Amino acid sequence: MIHLLQIDISKAVNEVENAGSYLPIAIQLLLVVGLIGLMLLASHKLGPKRNTSDKLEGFACGIESHGDARKPMAIKYFLVAVLFVLFDVEVIFFYPYALSFKQLGWDGFWAVMMFVGFFLCGFIYIIKKGALQWED
Amino acid sequence: MPSLENIANFIHNWLYTTFNATVALLLEFTIVAILVIGLFSVLGLVLIFMERKVSAYMQVRLGPNRVGPKGIFQTVADTLKLMVKEGMTPNNADKFLFNLAPFIVMTAAMLILAPLAFAKNFQIWDINIGVLFVTAISSVSVIGILMAGWASNNKYSLLGAMRSGAQIVSYELSAGLSIITIVVLSESLKISTIIESQANGWWIFKGHIPAIIAFVIFIIAVTAETNRAPFDLAEAESELTAGFHTEYSGMKFALFFLAEYVNIFIVCVIGATLFLGGWMPLHFGTNTTFNEMMDYIPSSLWLFGKTFFLIFVIMWFRWTFPRLRIDQLLNLEWKYLLPISMINLLLATAMAILGWHF
Repeated sequence: MIHLLQIDISKAVNEVENAGSYLPIAIQLLLVVGLIGLMLLASHKLGPKRNTSDKLEGFACGIESHGDARKPMAIKYFLVAVLFVLFDVEVIFFYPYALSFKQLGWDGFWAVMMFVGFFLCGFIYIIKKGALQWED
Repeated sequence: MPSLENIANFIHNWLYTTFNATVALLLEFTIVAILVIGLFSVLGLVLIFMERKVSAYMQVRLGPNRVGPKGIFQTVADTLKLMVKEGMTPNNADKFLFNLAPFIVMTAAMLILAPLAFAKNFQIWDINIGVLFVTAISSVSVIGILMAGWASNNKYSLLGAMRSGAQIVSYELSAGLSIITIVVLSESLKISTIIESQANGWWIFKGHIPAIIAFVIFIIAVTAETNRAPFDLAEAESELTAGFHTEYSGMKFALFFLAEYVNIFIVCVIGATLFLGGWMPLHFGTNTTFNEMMDYIPSSLWLFGKTFFLIFVIMWFRWTFPRLRIDQLLNLEWKYLLPISMINLLLATAMAILGWHF
């Protein structure tokens, strides 16, 4: 069995988690950032640099651009983001259950059903409140 | 029979007998680095060429056919062209965030390559939280997209980024839930264990109806997460020019473009690993002759075959379905896919407790 990046590190820590087993990903992170930096630097050196004020204006398909783009956006987008945070936490809670449901058996299953019940109550509440209604 | 596993073992043994441990380890890091960069650049070139050819044949055109035989060097030429183009930063843009955004999107895309198993016992980083790592890192790229849209200070970019943000975070929920369905069935987050649990049949066959529902939801959700048509609202060409990367040019644009294709590859590898058995060959019950014949095909070919099949399906979607509106898109996720995948997960759990899957 060979895992090129973790041969020496992982022998001792194969099952136990410590910072050492995350070393490969740290190295990969450095590698990726270095590679992207190199690519951008290369294109920066190779490419022409002729800046004119017209060229550096925001692109608006040829029409003169009006005002700043940083205006208030529709609240719906932020509402979706907030709802995502709530629901994603619920999804994350399923990971530990998914790994240990065999030991927990039916007791655990009914507990999770209760959890999903709460989830559905919240879900019905946001639908009734009209949080997912896009047309006003 | 030469396989990637044997080659890797051979190189590993040769390095450790020739050099001392530290030098050998460093050399191995270098080899892996070169392999990752190589895989990644080849992927970008192959996938973009494939996209153009598939699109062309679906529309009864020829596609690129001038550069090299059958046009196979078209993407190489395009990449070279983008390398020598001017990468501008608009005057009104937030210069730091504008240049940081391609880094984040690309880094997120490339980090997910680490825990993927490309062939039998051929994996860069086999961590016990493999699947969780993939879901966690894949949600980082939305930060880069929002950053790009906001920093550009362009109305098209901002609208595209907002749509993309809402879409990606929404579909992450049902993608996550359908991934957990497979975690329930195979009882592990480690990618190699998940693949080994499919030795006597892929989950899509063994997992009965919950696995099939999860697979369908997974494919829909990842199509939306990678901003592919029919969910390509984020860069709807006809309304938003190019969405969040309207202001990007030259290599920075190329990085967004590459990240998009690497992401498609990654989600298809994940789909193939979780549902279609990763590098496991196709086995039918106790039909030994057939099974042994299938074993002769190298495991890396199995994985890449399955992956490219899924990629082809996603490209096929693009020319089959019309683009959705943003409210239809969010309704589909929040009112249909999310409850369905939640109930499907409970069904799979009950089934696994009862031991109904083979």
